[in-house]
Amino acid sequence: MTTPVSRLDDTLAAARAENRAVLVGYLPAGYPSVQGGIDAMVAMVRGGVDVVEIGLPYSDPLMDGPVIQRAVEAALQRGTTTDDVLTTVRGVAATGAPTLVMTYWNPIERYGVRRFADAMVEAGGAGLITPDLTPDEAGTEPSDWLGASDATGLGRVFLVAPSSTEDRIRWTAEQCRGFIYAASTMGVTGTRTSVSDAAGTLVRRVRAVSDRPVCVGLGVSNGDQAAEVAAFADGVIVGSAFVRAVLDAASPEEGLVAVEKLAADLADGVRRGR
Amino acid sequence: MTYSSDVPDARGHFGTYGGRFVPEALVAALDELTAAYEKCRHDQAFQAELAGLHASYTGRPSPVTDARRFAEHAGGARVLLKREDLNHTGSHKINNVLGQALLTRDMGKTRVIAETGAGQHGVATATAAALLGLECVVYMGAEDTRRQALNVARMRLLGAEVVAVEAGSQTLKDAINEAMRDWVTNVDRTHYILGTVTGPHPFPAMVRDFQRIIGDEAKQQVLELTGGLPDAVVACVGGGSNAMGIFTAFLDDPGVRLYGFEAGGEGVDSGRHAARMAGGSPGVLHGTRTYVLQDEMGQTLPSHSISAGLDYPGVGPQHAYLHDTGRATYAPITDTEAMDAFALLCRTEGIIPAIESAHALAGAMKVGRELGPDVTLLVNLSGRGDKDVDTAAKWFDVVSDEELVQSATAVVEQDPQDASGEGW
Repeated sequence: MTTPVSRLDDTLAAARAENRAVLVGYLPAGYPSVQGGIDAMVAMVRGGVDVVEIGLPYSDPLMDGPVIQRAVEAALQRGTTTDDVLTTVRGVAATGAPTLVMTYWNPIERYGVRRFADAMVEAGGAGLITPDLTPDEAGTEPSDWLGASDATGLGRVFLVAPSSTEDRIRWTAEQCRGFIYAASTMGVTGTRTSVSDAAGTLVRRVRAVSDRPVCVGLGVSNGDQAAEVAAFADGVIVGSAFVRAVLDAASPEEGLVAVEKLAADLADGVRRGR
Repeated sequence: MTYSSDVPDARGHFGTYGGRFVPEALVAALDELTAAYEKCRHDQAFQAELAGLHASYTGRPSPVTDARRFAEHAGGARVLLKREDLNHTGSHKINNVLGQALLTRDMGKTRVIAETGAGQHGVATATAAALLGLECVVYMGAEDTRRQALNVARMRLLGAEVVAVEAGSQTLKDAINEAMRDWVTNVDRTHYILGTVTGPHPFPAMVRDFQRIIGDEAKQQVLELTGGLPDAVVACVGGGSNAMGIFTAFLDDPGVRLYGFEAGGEGVDSGRHAARMAGGSPGVLHGTRTYVLQDEMGQTLPSHSISAGLDYPGVGPQHAYLHDTGRATYAPITDTEAMDAFALLCRTEGIIPAIESAHALAGAMKVGRELGPDVTLLVNLSGRGDKDVDTAAKWFDVVSDEELVQSATAVVEQDPQDASGEGW
């Protein structure tokens, strides 16, 4: 049966068949504008990103470092709404790339969990990544995301961290649909000069208790780092580096060129990792 | 929801409120903290050490003052003030900080971080860190560091590093975000001493329990003074730690009414306030489900209050629960009402209260007039007003602008060596 998350499952399976990792690219919706954000994400896909992760701008992004904070603040100042995020999902999903929304929890609860889930399906979205909603709180009203995702067939991506116990890794992995997000370093989002050894260790720990795909996020910014992570993970997630490419561009047009170029470098990286 | 005083449950839920809405990376630290906290509750050595610090360092028990002249303005009700303003560092904040600092040491961690708005919790944390030899970093909104420069200096004198947070609205909520970011990065050796009864489990329950000494003492003191329980207990509510501290001892006394007064700012209708119950709605902020000032998208709205300590868009989840179950009553007090009560206490009792606590005093005046002259009100005077003298002087115009400028200029121009008049 085809469900919203199947497109993501298919992409992960196809990459596995090619013996490579997928490339997941993040940008916040509404930056530099709603259409500008869509254009940048489409450029990402053109450059070789397999899966797009759209950030829902939130006033208190406590998992994010300064780069993403800056872009998100600008998006909010422009008045980006939850409906704009759904518009962005529609625009990006039209490329055929599986499209996830990465969101802090409160805006979803405010929109209505089931209402948002239905709107995601309608827009062609594949699922949600929830950095501050763990399965602990996801199963009861009014935050019953497990119920809403089961009912709609949307993917749900929870995070595991180096500090997670084995029991929690196993349990969290069981609750994931799509992939498991391995937040490889203890800290907030942002590019790092080297990929920490913790990433490999964490992926091994997940593999020991689950056969679901594991994608690694936090810190990757170039093709060489992507290759390093792609050697052991099912996917490489890149966020701040894309945001920086947009932030640093002299014009939106140059931003699109920079994003596509970075995507191509990273896409090359995930193809030479193994 | 039906009311129970036996909250939260094992996962930190107060009815539908509370819980843990945090990045997975913090869950292990919160579990470790929960375990350490559960252990210390029954650990006689820990409790004895904490009691020793309360007595010899903080100056507990804090007295109860019969505010007879002030009471004439509260409908003639008897008004008893619980004097947390007399604690070392000037407010109730020290009660919680000492408990968490001892826990930090027991967990084998060497570094503490804290958020602060007005600076009271930051000063208390810097104090406890100095006492126990812990490294200390305090996050404070850049806007607040400008408003509260004296407290920034205090923290630095005590050896703490003060980080001015430039993100977002540059106030308390952004300081909490930044403290959380620090914590998730340095959690191995760092404990986050959260200053109030909010945040992810176990903070709301743990901070409440470290603060409940206020009500435990006061209940006994009121019994000795009056031979009975108070008819009502009154406190101001920012995050809500002083209120939970004084409420907890009375939760199972149905005859004792509980009143929490929030910052009404320029009036709830103006949109410039911090009245979460009257002007907010249930949501998730800073790791917990509670009443939040938010827009229709779920974005946190800026709060406003003349009192920095009440200027926060969220509130402790147990308060949300007490509100919904009707066990406690919450109402807003405007800046003007609070400042009037501030002036009244100064003139009638010779006590300069913190502007936060002045909200409780203004509330007590209303409650007293409503309940009449036969009742006894227990009011938590949570802090002293030394830090607020500048604000009050401007509000009441007791110092002219010219004098303020002259005095500031004099301080700047003075050779630091001569500043004290003693040569050092």
